[in-house]
Amino acid sequence: METRATKVALWAWATLIFLFLWIPLAIMALYAFNASNIQSWPIPGFTTKWFSEAWNDPEVRDALWLSLRAGLLATGVALVLGSLAAFGLSRARFFGKDSISFLFILPIALPGIITGLALNSFFVLLGFNFSLWTIVIGHATFCVVIVYNNVIARLRRTSGSFFEASADLGATGFQTFRFVTLPVIATALVAGALLAFALSWDEIVVTYFTAGAQNTLPLLLFGFIRQGQNLPIVNAIALVVIVVSLIPVALAQRLTSDPGAGRG
Amino acid sequence: MPADAAGATEGSPRGGALRSLSRFSWRRPGLKAFGQISAPVAAFLAVYVAALVALLIQSFWTTDSFTGKLIHSWSLDNFRAIANDPYPAIIQRTVLIASAVTITCMLLAFPYAYFLVRIAGRRLRLALLVATVLPLWVSYLVRVYSWRLILNPDGALNWFLNGLGLPSLNIAYTNWAMWLVFTYIWFPFMVLPVYASLERVPYSYLEASADLGAHGFTTLRRVILPLAVPGLAAGSIFTFSLTLGDYIAPSLVGGPDSSLIGTVVFESLGLANNAPFAAAFAMVPLGIMAVYLAIMKRLGAFESL
Repeated sequence: METRATKVALWAWATLIFLFLWIPLAIMALYAFNASNIQSWPIPGFTTKWFSEAWNDPEVRDALWLSLRAGLLATGVALVLGSLAAFGLSRARFFGKDSISFLFILPIALPGIITGLALNSFFVLLGFNFSLWTIVIGHATFCVVIVYNNVIARLRRTSGSFFEASADLGATGFQTFRFVTLPVIATALVAGALLAFALSWDEIVVTYFTAGAQNTLPLLLFGFIRQGQNLPIVNAIALVVIVVSLIPVALAQRLTSDPGAGRG
Repeated sequence: MPADAAGATEGSPRGGALRSLSRFSWRRPGLKAFGQISAPVAAFLAVYVAALVALLIQSFWTTDSFTGKLIHSWSLDNFRAIANDPYPAIIQRTVLIASAVTITCMLLAFPYAYFLVRIAGRRLRLALLVATVLPLWVSYLVRVYSWRLILNPDGALNWFLNGLGLPSLNIAYTNWAMWLVFTYIWFPFMVLPVYASLERVPYSYLEASADLGAHGFTTLRRVILPLAVPGLAAGSIFTFSLTLGDYIAPSLVGGPDSSLIGTVVFESLGLANNAPFAAAFAMVPLGIMAVYLAIMKRLGAFESL
């Protein structure tokens, strides 16, 4: 249908878009190994010293530790609430079902600044002190929907006769959950958890409003960049942040793409 | 357990409380679903919805300019202040940049999505879709920062331009830089719905158009483009709304004249410690989005999300 010239132009366009998407990340990765502490291009030589310098910086370690704890706890909360929500909404039809699923989508549909500011007002109003837990609550609001989406997609693809067969064979609801439901949704749960962690791990817009005085890794980077401090360390951490968020996403992608159900 | 246990032993004490509970919940799926859904819904109402209400209430309060303490009395002062300088100009700039970013993303994404659907083979299409979505999962802060390195006067952009014999381009810390960076960051959100809408255009439509004597361009304009409008509209919701609320990109790649709505909210709370004004100002993007969503709904955006 397309002429030859159109095809060539579209190939060129797609190539340019691909380069546009990935060159900035490639450049960022190279800067992490910049031998000079002046951030100009091209970099004069390669070194790995900034990684060890970052690793030995107590401020960076504290931030790393806080980010890991906040990510794991938010993921835990999201797993419980997100899968409960998916179970409740997957089969039953009742009044208000659509508004409930809308409720869970709201935190990713609204601009992050509104979620962040709203939670900030809420915590101040209740007299909560900002802590690890306020960060966890903030992250959990948008992590729940990730787990919810993964689990509900899996439940919708699973035939209801599995659960009926289990009941027919005399299993209690708890046995059915343990031996039928859980194996069916296991990989969806793991994928949801990985994605939720990846989202929490590098979130900054909401975190800024719910963190108080302590820094997660992205908050620490944001502060360093704005003040123009420790830029070589920033580059090294930036590469670590990229890699740590891509690994869970790649794993999650493998877990959810089952070849049996694959349709072009 | 014999297979007829559930039917034959109805009412018998065998199995105890656990079994009767599970039998009960099996008979009443609605009640079971209610039990499961109540915990997450309660959590969301008690925290998220309550927080949004707190934001709304707070926007009607004021702060004492000397002590910085909240004054819990109702007033519209914050909303009146939005009409004063420099805020109308900031709102105008934000909407302008959000629109420019949205249109640029559409122009970039349409041919790309078309390539994915009609030209690329199955494997290349999958690989490129993954390559397009993956950057969304890379820290948004890091992606903005990478452009700060690239756009620096002695960064990669000018190195490249000078290498081609072109003059340097100093757009670091300007509104042009914000436009470029927002386009880069939100672009994947535009590609996905446009791709989905183009994928649904049946090949027979294109054949029919050609049979009726339409040229390639006419087919594009009269058949493909109208069918892609819902996808473009759906993508624009993301690109527009995300730009409205952002404060990271203006603070990292913007200049002195690059304050956006997000910047005002961020600085009202962080620097001026005026939470009520920040709350009132946060209603501005909400209001703009309400209007925007109403328009996009008419274009069929919600069927393509």
